[in-house]
Amino acid sequence: MSKREEVSSREPGFGTAGGQSRRRVLQNIAAAAFVGPVGLEAAQHVHQMASEDVKANTGVYKPKALTQHEFDTLKKLCELIVPGATQGGAAEFIDLLSSQNPQMAAIYTGGLAWLDIEMKRHYEVNFLDAKAEQQTAMLDKIAYRRNRMPETAAGIRFFDWARRMTVDAYYTSPAGIKELGYMGNKATSEFKVPAEAVEYALKRSPFA
Amino acid sequence: MGYNKLGMFQVIRSAPIYDVVVIGSGAGGGTATKVLADLGVNVALLEAGPMLNPAKDFKEHMWPYQVPHRGSGEGGASYFGRGRAFGFFSAQAGGWQLDGEPYTTGEGSKFMWFRSRIVGGRTNHYGRISLRLADYDFKPYTRDGVGTDWPIAYEDIAPYYDKAEGFIGVTGSKEGIRSAPDGIFQPCPPPRVHEVLIKKASDKLGIPCIPMRLAVITRKTNGRAPCHYCGQCGRGCVTASNYSSSQVQVFPAVQTGRVQLFTNAMARELITDNEGKVKAVSYIDKTTRTEKQIRCRAVVLAASTCESTRLLLNSRSPRHSNGLANSSGVVGRNLMDSTGFSLGGRIPALVGMPRHDSDGMGGSHLYMPWWLWDKKLDFPRGYHIEIGGGYGMPGVGSFNGVCREHEGYGESLKKAIYEDYGTHVGFSGRGEMIPNEHTYCEIDPNVVDKWGIPVLRFHFRWTDAELKQVEHMEKTFTEMIETMGGKVNTPRRAAEESVPVGTEAIKPRPVEEKISVGGEIIHEVGTIRMGDDPNKSALNKYCQAHDVKNLFVADGGPFVSNPDKNPTLTICALAWRTAEYLAEELRKGNV
Repeated sequence: MSKREEVSSREPGFGTAGGQSRRRVLQNIAAAAFVGPVGLEAAQHVHQMASEDVKANTGVYKPKALTQHEFDTLKKLCELIVPGATQGGAAEFIDLLSSQNPQMAAIYTGGLAWLDIEMKRHYEVNFLDAKAEQQTAMLDKIAYRRNRMPETAAGIRFFDWARRMTVDAYYTSPAGIKELGYMGNKATSEFKVPAEAVEYALKRSPFA
Repeated sequence: MGYNKLGMFQVIRSAPIYDVVVIGSGAGGGTATKVLADLGVNVALLEAGPMLNPAKDFKEHMWPYQVPHRGSGEGGASYFGRGRAFGFFSAQAGGWQLDGEPYTTGEGSKFMWFRSRIVGGRTNHYGRISLRLADYDFKPYTRDGVGTDWPIAYEDIAPYYDKAEGFIGVTGSKEGIRSAPDGIFQPCPPPRVHEVLIKKASDKLGIPCIPMRLAVITRKTNGRAPCHYCGQCGRGCVTASNYSSSQVQVFPAVQTGRVQLFTNAMARELITDNEGKVKAVSYIDKTTRTEKQIRCRAVVLAASTCESTRLLLNSRSPRHSNGLANSSGVVGRNLMDSTGFSLGGRIPALVGMPRHDSDGMGGSHLYMPWWLWDKKLDFPRGYHIEIGGGYGMPGVGSFNGVCREHEGYGESLKKAIYEDYGTHVGFSGRGEMIPNEHTYCEIDPNVVDKWGIPVLRFHFRWTDAELKQVEHMEKTFTEMIETMGGKVNTPRRAAEESVPVGTEAIKPRPVEEKISVGGEIIHEVGTIRMGDDPNKSALNKYCQAHDVKNLFVADGGPFVSNPDKNPTLTICALAWRTAEYLAEELRKGNV
C-alpha cells in the first residue's frame, strides 16, 4: 500500500454514504488517519453506518442448544421477566451462548426442567401450558431471595440467571436501548450539557 | 519492494547496524522512536506483538447487538468471569494471562501483570489520565524521610512535560495547585450533570475538583482531528483523537523512513561485547520461532517495567553475572503499583432527569488532585480521585445491580431499570505506594515461557502506609456520596458481581480485601531505578545504565517513587529527555 493509494482511496469514502459498506468506510478512515486528518463528517458517517449495520431478524429461529420445548418455555419466561424480551432476542441470545458453552447449557436445561417439574407438582401442567396466573404464582416464588427454602433454592438460583441474561439481552437490543433513552454513540463537534438537565438535578440536590 | 513502510517483517539479507534498537512500542518506546527518528537517528523498533490495524482491530462505535454474544464473549465468557479484560469491545490485545507466557508469584504473594502485545501496547486502550508529578514528588526522602529522592528535579523534566503534552495533546486548565502542576493544555469539555454535583460536594468538603487532564485532543493537532465525544477511548479511536503511541508516534515515525518496525519480535537477551557494551539484541521471531539478532550502537529498553527487568536479568554473561546493568543488585527491587479503591453510590437527584447524550470524552471531565499534601496524616503521601457516572452505552452486566436490588420481574423491573439508569456515581482512588523490601520481581529458575525464556516471579506486599491510605479513601468517598444526598452502594467484590446471589449477607471486609491486588492498577514501575549512586541504582539521571553506557531505559523502570499520578505522561516525558540525550551522545560519538 503506497501513500498515494491511501490518499486517493480516501476521497470517495468521505461524505458519500451511498453504497459504502461500513467496513469500507472504516478502512478509508483508518487509512486517512494514517496519513492525515479525519474530519468530523467522516467520524459521524462511521457512527451512522454502524447503526444501520444490523439487519432485522427475519425467519424462524431454530434452537441450537435447547429442545424446541425448552426454547419455547424459555421464550415465555423471558417475556414474563422483561415484556418485550422476545423483540430483544433474549431466548435466542441464551440459546446461542448455551450452544457454545456446556456450563451455560446445563444452567438452562436444568433450570427449565426444574420449572416444569415444579409446575407439574403444583398444577399438573408444564410451565408453557399453564394459565397465566399459575405462571406468575410460580415466578412470585422464585423471583425473590427472601423466599429461599430448600424447595425453591434451585429455582431462585436459576431465575437469577434468567433475569440477568434477559435484562442484558433486552437492554443491549435496539428496542431496549431506545426505551432506556441512551442517546450517545454518535459524533458531535462540541460536547454540550443541557441546561435543563443541570437545573433539574441541582434543584433536587442538597445544593439547591 | 525492498522498503515496506508498514514495517512488516522482512528478511534482512545483509544485517545492517542500526543506530538504536528500541525494544517495545508503547508509551516509552513510541516516544523514544519518534524523537530519535525526528533527530535523524536510524531506529529498529521491536514489538513482541503483531501490527495494529485500527480499522480492523478497534471496535469503536459498535453497538452491543452487532455481535451475537452482545459483548459477553464466546459462550458468554464474561458471565463466568472469563471475559476479556475491560470487556469485549476494549482495544487491549492481551490480558492478565497470556497463553504460553506465564509468570509466577512467591509464597503468600498476589500479583497481577497486564500485558498487551501489539504495536502501541497498552496505550491503545489505557485510561489516558495525564498528570505531572509535583515538585515535591521528586524529593520524597528529603520531605518526609521515607523512600528515596530522584536524581532529577521538577525543573529538569518540566520542559519535557511541555513537549510531551504539546505533541500528544492533553486537556486541562491552569489551576495553580502545587500537587497538580499546570501544563500545556487543550480545553476540557464541560462537566456532565453528575460531575456538576460532585464539584458542588467537593467545594463543600474543601476538596479541589478541576477539569480532567486527559490525553485527548479537543483541537486539531498535528493533522489529527479533534475528539468527537463518543466516550469510547478505551476501544481505540479511529480518528486518533486520543493518544496511542501506535497512531500518534509509531506510524508517523515509520513514515520518516528512518524506522524499521519488527513485529512479532520477542526480545530474549541483550548481547554484550568485550567492553561490556550491548552490541546486538537477540529476539525470537514468533512467526518462525527462530532466534535472530539485530546489531546496534545503542539500545533503548521500553518493553514495560517488568518485561525490561526480565530482559536485563536474563542477559547474563561472565562480565554481568547478576544480569546486565545490575552490579548494584537493584534490578527487580523497589517494585511499585498504585493503590486502588473504588466506591459507588446512587444519587436520587439524578432520578428522572431529562435524558441526553452524556458520552463526552472517554473518561471523566473532572478529577480531584491530592489536597492534603501539607497536612500531617497517619499515612505518608496521598492519592487523587477519579470519577464515573452518566448514561453509558448499555452493555452486558450494566443492570446487575438493579436486578439484585429490585429482584422481581415484569413491568416493575423495567421501571426500576429505567429509573436507575444514569443515577450512579463512582469514585476511584489512585494513590502512592512506598517501595518495600518484600515487593520485587526476580527470575523464576524453574519456569520458562513457550519461547524458552525464563519468566518472572513476583513478590508483593502492601504495608500500613497503603492500607491506611485506602481507609482514608473510603471515608472520603462516603462523605462525598452522602454530601450529594446519595446512598453508598453495598460494597461487593468484582468476583461476586459475576455470580448470582444467594441470601448470604455481605460481611464487612477487612481493608486488606478492599485494596486492589498488586499490579491490578497497571501502574507497575520502579524496578530499574535511576539515581546518582551506582551502588544504589541501575541508571543515571538520563536513564542510562551506570554499567553499560549504550543502554538506556525508557519505560516505568527508572521511576524512583510512584506518586499518585498515573505514570504514562511521566514515562513519555522521561523517554523524550532520554532520547534527546542519546541522540546527542550518538552525534558526539560517546556511545
